[in-house]
Amino acid sequence: MTRNAKINTLLLLLVAALAVLPLALGLGEGKEEPFTGADAQAESAITELKPDYKPWFSPLYEPPSGEVESALFALQAALGAGVLAYYFGVRRGRRQGAAQARAQGAAREQDAAEPVREP
Amino acid sequence: MHIAEGFLPPLHAAAWGAASAPFVVHGVRALTREVKSHPESTLLLGASGAFTFVLSALKIPSVTGSCSHPTGTGLGAILFRPPIMAVLGTITLLFQALLLAHGGLTTLGANVFSMAIAGPWAGYAVYKLLRRSGAPLMVTVFFGAFFADLVTYCVTSVQLALAFPDPASGFLGSLEKFAGIFALTQIPLAVSEGLLTVLVMRLLMQSSKSDLVRLGVAKLTGAGRTEEAAAR
Repeated sequence: MTRNAKINTLLLLLVAALAVLPLALGLGEGKEEPFTGADAQAESAITELKPDYKPWFSPLYEPPSGEVESALFALQAALGAGVLAYYFGVRRGRRQGAAQARAQGAAREQDAAEPVREP
Repeated sequence: MHIAEGFLPPLHAAAWGAASAPFVVHGVRALTREVKSHPESTLLLGASGAFTFVLSALKIPSVTGSCSHPTGTGLGAILFRPPIMAVLGTITLLFQALLLAHGGLTTLGANVFSMAIAGPWAGYAVYKLLRRSGAPLMVTVFFGAFFADLVTYCVTSVQLALAFPDPASGFLGSLEKFAGIFALTQIPLAVSEGLLTVLVMRLLMQSSKSDLVRLGVAKLTGAGRTEEAAAR
């Protein structure tokens, strides 16, 4: 593994560790619902602060179940990851193409420099 | 940081909408200008938007025993400046509001203000300040992304505290409550976002050095110059 690849792997491992540690250490224990979303917690905080507050508008479309919702979230992440992968793939292909063209160009120059022997 | 649909009183919703609109309009202009003058940017613009798409879909456990998600706006703000990020962030928020019932149309203005405007500008400011002080590029990128993420959630806390002050302790009491929910949870996630942004920036340095040089992020070194010459 090159030094570059090692650093990149280390960065990914650090991110994974930061996500897994709260779970592994059981930091959600003792809560009514461990690891709920902060957004949902804010909603319940609002109802605590102002019990008579009623949301005055509801979403035009709401995923009918948790499964559908998670599918849509996965779709969002997949779309993003797909575009990112496309970007890096295109760049890599371009670099390789350019390197190939350079190598061919150099080989042709060498051929031209050498006198062609008649058979 | 997504304030749910209908969860801001109409007056607040309208005010945040009015505050965000000029930034987004200005951003659309900046974006069209960038695409027109540098069509080769389109691909990298797409990649920056895609980064926000991925990161804001990932809900990650945090030390507070709850889950939250990064924003992914630091990268685009550093590469293309915050006005363009305002547009990319708005697209992401609109997608989530319409398809996922995450955030909402009435709270779009407030959510755009925190995630697509305040966060990117804060991150960009930190990035610029650190660069001027001569810090290494990857350090400036880390802290730029870190603050873009964290400030977003601080702004959300302020927005909710303004709309729902505590009956007893007022705005500050309420702010403490919302900051406890959002900002504290967000600290490890902001670190994660910083690390991931550094990772992507490292990959960009390998694959697209000439773009980074043109955008003023990277300086031309030996390797970059040969690439530039080869491109001609």
